[in-house]
Order: sequence, then structure tokens, then C-alpha cells
Amino acid sequence: MVPPYKTLLEVLREDLGLTGTKHGCELGECSTCGVLVDGKPFLSCLAMPLDLEGREITTIEGMAAGSAPHPLQVAFAELGAAQCGYCTPAMLLTARALLDRDPHPSRDAIKEALAGILCRCTGYLKIFEAVELAADRAN
Amino acid sequence: MASDLTERLDEFSVVGKPLIKPDAFAKVSGQTKFADDLALPRMLFGRILRSPHPHARILHVDIDRARALPGVLAVLTGDDLPVKFGILPVSQDEEALAREKVRYVGDPIAAVAATDEWIADEALDLIEVQYKVLPHVMSIDQAIAGGGESIHGSSNVHKAVALEFGDTDEAMRAAEHVREDVVFFEGNTHLPMEQHAAVAQYAADGKLTLWTSSQTPHYVHRALGKVLELPMSRIRVIATPNGGGFGGKSDIFSHELVAAKLAIVTGRPVKITLTREEVFYAHRGRHPVLMKVRTGFTKAGRIRAMQFQSFLDGGGYGSYGVASTYYTGALQATTYAIPRYRFEGVRLFTNKPPCGPKRGHGTPQPRFALETHFDKVADELGIDPVELRLRNLPSPDSRTVNWLRITSCGLVDCIHKVVEGSRFLERRTSMPPGRGLGFAVSSYLSGAGTAIYWNDMPHSEVQLKLDRNGGVALLCGAIDIGQGSDHILAAIVAEVLGVALDDIQLTTADTDLTPIDLGSYSSRVTFMAGNAAKAAAEKVRDRLLTAAARALRCDPDDLVARDRRIYRRTRPEDGLSFAQAVQLAETDGGVVTSTGSYTPPKLAGPYKGSGVGPSPAYSYSAAVVEVDCDQKTGEVRVPEVWIAHDIGRAINPMLVIGQVEGSVYMALGEALMEEQTFRLGLHKFPSLLEYKSPTALEAPVMHTYLVETIDREGPFGAKEAGQGPLLPVIPAVANAVYNALGIRIDEVPITPDKVLKALSEKTKRVGPKSVPTFQFPPLIKADVPEEWKGK
Repeated sequence: MVPPYKTLLEVLREDLGLTGTKHGCELGECSTCGVLVDGKPFLSCLAMPLDLEGREITTIEGMAAGSAPHPLQVAFAELGAAQCGYCTPAMLLTARALLDRDPHPSRDAIKEALAGILCRCTGYLKIFEAVELAADRAN
Repeated sequence: MASDLTERLDEFSVVGKPLIKPDAFAKVSGQTKFADDLALPRMLFGRILRSPHPHARILHVDIDRARALPGVLAVLTGDDLPVKFGILPVSQDEEALAREKVRYVGDPIAAVAATDEWIADEALDLIEVQYKVLPHVMSIDQAIAGGGESIHGSSNVHKAVALEFGDTDEAMRAAEHVREDVVFFEGNTHLPMEQHAAVAQYAADGKLTLWTSSQTPHYVHRALGKVLELPMSRIRVIATPNGGGFGGKSDIFSHELVAAKLAIVTGRPVKITLTREEVFYAHRGRHPVLMKVRTGFTKAGRIRAMQFQSFLDGGGYGSYGVASTYYTGALQATTYAIPRYRFEGVRLFTNKPPCGPKRGHGTPQPRFALETHFDKVADELGIDPVELRLRNLPSPDSRTVNWLRITSCGLVDCIHKVVEGSRFLERRTSMPPGRGLGFAVSSYLSGAGTAIYWNDMPHSEVQLKLDRNGGVALLCGAIDIGQGSDHILAAIVAEVLGVALDDIQLTTADTDLTPIDLGSYSSRVTFMAGNAAKAAAEKVRDRLLTAAARALRCDPDDLVARDRRIYRRTRPEDGLSFAQAVQLAETDGGVVTSTGSYTPPKLAGPYKGSGVGPSPAYSYSAAVVEVDCDQKTGEVRVPEVWIAHDIGRAINPMLVIGQVEGSVYMALGEALMEEQTFRLGLHKFPSLLEYKSPTALEAPVMHTYLVETIDREGPFGAKEAGQGPLLPVIPAVANAVYNALGIRIDEVPITPDKVLKALSEKTKRVGPKSVPTFQFPPLIKADVPEEWKGK
């Protein structure tokens, strides 16, 4: 049993060993802890597991199909879109949610979708390019 | 076919190619283990009690109630860790937990280890501290004025330096045009997305292991030995991949020492992860610097002399501050040919989190001063700002007036790339309303020429061990902080040995296993660890070729390692597999291993203070920034940036461009929004929401140009990329705002309130008017190098 006072972030990382989900503030400010709940981006540091009964939660560990990386993961690796790699899980999951609802996003739509997640390494450009590459390849 | 192969054998197979870095898939799958991802059986959680006062004497610390709380296994105070430490041997002024006095809000006082973080937090609340609150000092002016109790010792002056190269007063009198400017650069912080974390384990055999998100595990190793009073052989430091560093994880931190001590006291593993608020207090970021620059020119715009003063607001402790102080004066002369130069700098203690090295360490501030100053001079002389720079550039293979040796210099090419790419000269006089273009240039180190502690040993070392199947184990103390150092090491070794990146297994930054690398700071890893890796690989390659030559009955000079094979150049169809060559070498001489080391040449000039500034090579950058200013709101947006960087040679152009783009991004944050300011002794915004940094929405279009000058001492000609490209961007923004609105914001960051204020002022300027009166020490008058005599 998980203590009721623990956040989804804490349960994922500490009780389930899913440390691919990161944290940068635990106050809902940086989105580094982003996961998908029913396919939509969600801040795990502000979510209480008790509120999420019956919902589907996807973390970075669930992004690959077995050991075959998701096309977004391949594009991020190929273009150097992950430098330190710390915001990368949240970026990838959020980009996946975007491509699921808009398979051909414009650069502005990509910027809008990822705007909540802070990255201090890349200047964001390689991330935009990687999302575009993955989208192009899917077509 | 054979001739195609022969031609290909003379080209690079790995170097210069945009290959996927070795740690990329671990990162995109979330498998990279950062320090806070580690969990050990029976692990305890540590928390640190921090001062609520900016300046106070500690009268009494009562830990009895905290210790009695169920679940608490240890409580430490300063008396448990009494040995002082500091990153520089000359500034051993920190305590893991303050004993007599606190010097900023956030200064560590006590620590607990408990079975979970909630209990640890509760225990902190039960610690009672009695303080005698002292008046606090929050500015350069207050620190110089003094009055109350000094923060350290008998004055708030941490370090004051005064150097002169030739008679600047005489040269200034002879100058036809002299201009003086006073500008201010506000402090800001690194803001890595990963909060610092450390896990310590003390085993039954008396051996301590610390996993830590550190850029400098070797220095942490030394500090642990000193503070814990343990032999370094009983301590193992493993740096975990850093979730961003930018200089913010290159100091020794309280939580690293405290986690280790708590593990020793409790006999159980202890983890301490800083909260985001604590990361703001750990800081060691950009110094606020007030600067006065005075330059004398000829009518034709050639520099005769420069006099530069800097006043650094250092915060509560020394940290890297002595080096930072010198750095605010050192690189003026690597960017411009300055015949006579005077530098006076002072670092003051204030009651703020300690400042230290952030990307560009001590040089973005003077770069802002110089590049805005030059723009104003260009206007006055009626010379365009590009031409004024071109008339004053240093030459390749030259020496500066302050004795810094320049090898390759691609600044002219960098300037032409960005000026042509942006059509700067054609467009800047005809921009639409609110739009402007700004230009600036810079130079930076490829690694500091001297170590942090005085010694003559190598700065970087690499060990290779080849196995019978052709795998290559590569061991090096360097830590990847996202910049791609793992890739650089692997790429260089793969190139020399003619194997694939996949054949290289990296073990890095583990003081038990890996030979020394001084750390991921000072833009030194590609140059220094790269040279060490190349030396190690060449040694072991020669051994393989010798063994292969014997088997093939040919001259080793006829052999080349490539495609996991050893080819004969003259008969490429003859040859051996790489693994066969390893087996032959192993048969001949046992374990196939090699080491390589890099020690920078001794480059310090003949004067006191010459240790900061020398580097085996300097990188160069130029930038043009376009701004779009809203005159009603004062908001400045950056739609487009052109940036050129002299990288020497790009070992991996994709990673280099990544460093350049990241530098531009960070510079735009510093130029327009990031600042670390205080009110009533408190940090105004120690949170990611309120400390404004650029998001994806602010990302401009960037045009990046790499200029390759093939430095004669860099590995395959490479120089640095991680810091230099940040430098020209901040002043280019300021110059662009002037071009757009005719206002001078002589103070970074350029926030909307300052823009509106400048628009309403008669002077069309916002910025400091003067520097405080301060008695600098007598000038150390250094000899001028031979080539500058009589100039």
C-alpha cells in the first residue's frame, strides 16, 4: 500500500522504482516530472495517486516498444536533442502526446506544446527539430 | 576499389561526423542514473537546517529535541565537522555547517539523518538556534563603506588586484580619442534542471563511497579527505552524470560533506537531495560586477591603451572568487590587440549566497562592458562597429601585452560569417521601427593553464585496455555534464584505433578506477582529456601495428588501423582484423593497455597574478542579434541570432552546434530576464516560477557557423565550445536595443522597466554613473613582452 500523502512523482520514483521520471522543483513550475495520464501531459509532482484510480499512466519507461525505441526517442538521439538528458523524459512524453493529436504540428504548435518544460542545455532548437523529424518519418 | 579504399584511409572515419553520442539512448529512455535516482538498502535521508538571517552570530544550537524524535538517527552541528575547506587553497573559509557565524540566508547550520524525508524535515523544525543578528551588507557600496562587523576578518575586501602592462597613463595622454564608460552586470544563477544530490555509504571495512552530481569529483575527493580527516585512499568519489552543471556543480558543497559524515556516524547509506530553493542558496553563480572601462584610441580607431576596473559582489564566501576577480581582467587582451593595459579588480564579501563560476566564468561581465563601450566609440569616431573591431584584432600565433599566448585565431572569419549572414551593415541603418541589430565579439579559454591547487602533474589522464575480441575499455576521470565529453573521448580513441564508437566502453569519473581529470569546468575537457585520450590511443595503436607488421612481414609504417581492421596501405587486400592484432600484441607482451596524459605547457607570464588567464588555446566567437522592441511595454524580443564560433576543429559538429545554441539561449536569458536580486537580505525569487528564464516560446531562429582553424595543440585541432559562444550575445543584445530605440541600457539584464525608463530619460540611458571610491593596492608593473615594446 502506498501512503496517501505521497505524490504520484514520489510513488513512481520511490515505490515503483521508475526513476526515469525526474523532478526539478516539486512545485509544478518546471514540468520536468511530466508523465502522461490517459495520453495527456500531467505534472506528477502535483498529482495524488488517490485521484488517479483507474487512469492510465505512461512514464518514459513505457515509451519504447519492448527494447525498440519510439521514433521520437530515435530522433532525439540522432539530433542531439538530449544533452544532459534530465528534461528529456518529460519532453519526449509531451511531444508524443502532441503527435498523437496533431501528427503534422507546425513549429509554433511544437513550441506551444513544449513551452511549459524548462530545458537549460539545448536552447530548445534541437528538440523542435527532433519532433519535426519524428513527425516527418511517420508520414 | 583498392584506390578508393586507399583514399578513404587518409580521411577521418569518426572525427568531424555528427554521430550519435554513446550516452544518447540511455538518456532518451530515462535509464541514465542521476544521483537522486540511486537508492541503497537501509538508506537514510538527510536534510540541512539553513540560516534565516543574512548575517548573525550563532549563540547556541540545541539539537536534543530533534535527536529524540523517533526515526532520527543522527543530528550534526558545526562542531562535528570543524575543519574548514574551500575550492581554492587560498580561500579555505567555509565550514560544512557554520560554527560561529552565518553569512547569508541559506548558510547551513545543522543536519539530520532520518528514515524518511518527512521525519527529517520535522526534526529540522525541532532544532533551536539562538542568534545575535548583525547588520547585513548587500551591495558593493555597503561592503566598501564597511561600518558593522566584517563578514570575514577585518574588512569586507576578499581580494584586490592591480596590474599594469606598460605605462597606460602616458599612452592615454597620447591617444587622440578617449572614452570612459561605467556599466553594471547583475548576478544570475546556473539553474541546472537537476538539483544537486549526493549519496554516501560507509562500509564495514571503513571505506567511504560518495556518489554525487559534481563537475569536479577530484576536488570533492580532496575536500572529503581534508574535512573528514580520512586518507584519500579510504574515500571513493563517483560523479554521477550531471543533469546540467554550467559551473554550478564545480565547487565543494556542504551537503556532500554532511552526507558523508552522516553515513559514517550512522553506518547506513545517506542521501541528501537539495530542494530547488536550496539550489538557489548553493549558487556559486555569476558575480554581480560593476565596471569602469577607459580606452584611448587613435583617430583611425586603433587602441592605444585601456584601463579597466571591476568591483565584484562575491557573496558570503570565497569559492572561486580569487580566480573570478582575475578573469574579469584577463581576456580583454586576447580579444583585442591592446598595447598598454591596466587592470584593477576587487572582490567584496556580501551577505548573499557565494558567487563563483558560471559559464564564461568572470568574462561575460567585462565582455558586456567592452563591447557596448566599443559600439559607443565607433559612433563617436564615425567608424562602423565591425570595422572598429577589425582594426584591433589580435593575430594568430602572437602574444598579448599581458603575456597570454595565442595560437589559432579565427575571429576575422567569425566576424565575416555573422556580418554577411545577417547583412548587418546593409540592414542596421534601415531597420523598421522598434527593430535593431547589434554586433559583438569575444574570446575564451580552452582550459585553464594552471590547476586549482599548485602542482606539476598532468591535468588529464586516460587509460585504455583492449580485450581479445577487439573491445576497448576507456577510463578517464572526466564527467559528462551533458556537454558530450563521453562522446569526445570515445570518438578520439575510435578514430585513432580505427574502431567504431560502439566498440568503446567508458568508465568515467570514479576516483577508485579512473585516472585523474581535473573536472568539467574551464572548457578544458575536449582539449585536455581529448589530448590525453589521443596520446593513449596512439601508444596502443603503435603496439598493435608493430605486432601486426611482424605477422604480415611488412613495415609498421605501411599499416593503418581502420574499419576494425589493420590494412596495408600499399596492398589493402592484405591485413588482419583489429581483434587479431590485439591477440598478437597480447601474445607478444601480455595485457594490451596504455595510458596517455596531458599537461598544458607552462604559459604564465613573469608577474604575480599571471596564473589566471593562460590557456593552451583560445576560442573566438562573433554574434549578430536582432531585437524587436515594444516601446509601449518596454519588452525586448529576439527573433533571430547569427553566431559564429572558432572551434579549432569540430570533433562532432552536431554536439558543437548544440553547445553553441545552448550558450546563445543562456546568454539571452542573462541579457533579458535572469537576475538574482535580494530584499531585506532575502533572495527575491528562489523558485523556477519567479526566477525568469527563457522557455521554448522565446527560442529565436539561430544561424550557427563553425569556423575551423585546426589549432596546432588541440586534439585533431579542436578547441572549446561550451562557454565562449555565450560571451558576445549579451552585449550584442544591448547594442541591438540601442540600434532599435536609441537608448543605452548599461545594465544587464535589460528588463522592460529599464527600457521604459531610458525612453523617458533625457540622457536616453539607464545604468550606473560612477564607481565607488576604493583604494586599490599599488600597481604591480609587469614587463611588456618584447613584441609590444615601443608600440
